[in-house]
Amino acid sequence: MAEMSYRDAIAYGIAQEMRRDPRLVMLGEDIAAAGGVFKTTVGLLEQFGPDRVRDTPISEQAILGAAMGAAMTGIPVIAEIMFSDFIAVCFDILANQMAKTRYMTGGQVTVPVVIRTHNGGGARFGAQHSQSVENWCMMIPGLKVVAPSTPRDVVGLMAAAVRDPDPVVFLEHKSLLATKGEVPEGEIVDELGVAKVVREGTDCTIVALALMVPRALQAAERLAAEGISAEVIDLRSLVPLDTQTILSSVAKTGRLFTVEENPRLCGWGAEIASIVGHEAFWDLDGPVVRITTPHIPLPAAETLEDMAIPSVDRIYKEIVEVMD
Amino acid sequence: MSTETFDPQLLDYSNRPPRLPSPPNEANDRIDIPLDQRMRMYELQQELRQFEKRAYDLFMQNLVKGTSHLSLGMEAVATGFAMAMRRDDYTFATYRGHAHTLARGVPMGPVMAELLGRGTGLLGGKGGSMHLTSVEHGMMGSYAIIGAHLCIANGAAWSAQMRGSDQVTVAFFGDGTTNIGAFHEAINFAAIWKLPIVFVCENNLYMEYTPIDLVTPVEHPAADRAAAYGLERIVVDGNDADEVYDTARRLIEKARSGGGPSLVEAVTYRHGGHSRADPGKYRPKEEVDAWLQRDPLTLYHQRLLRLGVPEIELTKIAQDVARRVDEATEFAKSSPPPDPESLMTDVWADGGSSWRR
Ligand SMILES: Cc1ncc(C[n+]2csc(CCOP(=O)(O)OP(=O)(O)O)c2C)c(N)n1
Ligand SMILES: [Mg+2]
Repeated sequence: MAEMSYRDAIAYGIAQEMRRDPRLVMLGEDIAAAGGVFKTTVGLLEQFGPDRVRDTPISEQAILGAAMGAAMTGIPVIAEIMFSDFIAVCFDILANQMAKTRYMTGGQVTVPVVIRTHNGGGARFGAQHSQSVENWCMMIPGLKVVAPSTPRDVVGLMAAAVRDPDPVVFLEHKSLLATKGEVPEGEIVDELGVAKVVREGTDCTIVALALMVPRALQAAERLAAEGISAEVIDLRSLVPLDTQTILSSVAKTGRLFTVEENPRLCGWGAEIASIVGHEAFWDLDGPVVRITTPHIPLPAAETLEDMAIPSVDRIYKEIVEVMD
Repeated sequence: MSTETFDPQLLDYSNRPPRLPSPPNEANDRIDIPLDQRMRMYELQQELRQFEKRAYDLFMQNLVKGTSHLSLGMEAVATGFAMAMRRDDYTFATYRGHAHTLARGVPMGPVMAELLGRGTGLLGGKGGSMHLTSVEHGMMGSYAIIGAHLCIANGAAWSAQMRGSDQVTVAFFGDGTTNIGAFHEAINFAAIWKLPIVFVCENNLYMEYTPIDLVTPVEHPAADRAAAYGLERIVVDGNDADEVYDTARRLIEKARSGGGPSLVEAVTYRHGGHSRADPGKYRPKEEVDAWLQRDPLTLYHQRLLRLGVPEIELTKIAQDVARRVDEATEFAKSSPPPDPESLMTDVWADGGSSWRR
């Protein structure tokens, strides 16, 4: 067991997979010599050499295109898009090419690519470098989407994403990079589509993702002081979506809250609310409540950004209000 | 332009001065190509021509639904390149990809069945005319979003480079495609990574319904941009299969031996409209007539006669191809629609489409 930062766990998890599969390569802007603008790929160039860890020009379409073309001809690839907002620049390759090619060729083409990208707010970067874009990715048939919340899960889900033969978007949260946690020794391999109950409770279920997980846990702590026993689920994966874990938790608690960093409309919580409303309606003792960032571009000033993204305080208050 | 001074005549492109072809080059008779290979190139051009004429007829009979983009008049490009490629080389094409698919040896029957949306189609009916793919033939796909496939083709070339397989990737695209960002990203990327790839612009003078010279500041939309990426400026007669072949074998050999990427512009013309039943009325009549005269099949036919091939042999080839196109048509027409179960298969590599557990 070693304590490790979420940031270091990224390079550690990639290295685990690069050692296992000598075909695996990675490419992206400033990922090799500089170790990444967020220092999430430090040491990989030194360990695996310039043929396997490659710097690219500022060409997001060329990056994802090259990843896809290599993957469909037998070389698995990890591609980095520096900030998740930049996915908009290469959305065609992600949404129309990687995601659809297998289906439209009658299964002839397999695209084992992991698209790593730094997602989410809290860094005061302003609207074009802060958004949580998980809903952009989740809505596309043919893409898998994961977002770890702890260093251990970074490693386990990285392995799962790399070993999965389909394209996987791997969302690394910028505001979690400096956080630390235990990472067990030895190989860690998770399964995509498995959520984790990170706190057990009986009165309500809180489902959260990435940065919202530690906040939901802190809110649950405060709710406990009020006599409300909250179960917290770390979703970890949006596609595949672990509806079993959510439905069985709701069957127990009868109440559901989602805590989402993405702007409100079409956030993943809406999908979960609809599934629970349809399939667990008679388990519910009250309305499903979504706690989200408002439907706005993110502001830069810290006071404004902190008001926008669900805080521990806001999660606590919104839950207490409806649980009363 | 204000509405008062707007002159609709200006936008009737059929009134513009025609862009006429240069005269055919008889000197190309002397390009060093064995006669039996030339016979095969004639046969292949016949296959592409007759297949697509049939596809057009079937479209007009409402048997081909949706859309189709024909390469009638552009067969020499697909032929010249396919003949110069090795069996395991990779082709990436656009929605105008019937010819490139057939030229790699994909049988006509499944291609025709795909156009008709049948279960025996090349893609089981899930791709259609614009997405023809046959990985086992090195036909790595037909892509319908302008520009993207040039970036993807780079990846296949990169993979071949990493695997040390000597395979070369050839990516075809249109003149209009030179104005989208992905084109420039792809050429730059290939140049700096010295990828084994040949980018082939099929300049048919039109992007959809707009003359390319109205939307491009240089005469040769691909070739005149090559210098920006440190590449040679190459323009070939896209209606002369031998000239295309001669250039293709040089550039493919260069790529195979580590010499990096090339960008070549083949000037050609489509006989029909952009897609579907488009009559192509936006083109000056004199221009269309002149290019019809300069039909690649007619030119090739004349060349073979000049080289001493008896007319009767060429007729036999054409008749044999006609019979095979009939067979492919019958196969497609008599095939059942796709199995309803296939609707929900092959989203994921496990063969299924489930997004939840
Ligand atoms: C990104 C994108 N924009 C627009 C279109 C619609 N479109 C389809 S074909 C075409 C013209 C392309 O012209 P060119 O590259 O010259 O190829 P050609 O059709 O002549 O072979 C256009 C605009 C598209 N498919 N993708
Ligand atoms: Mg064109």
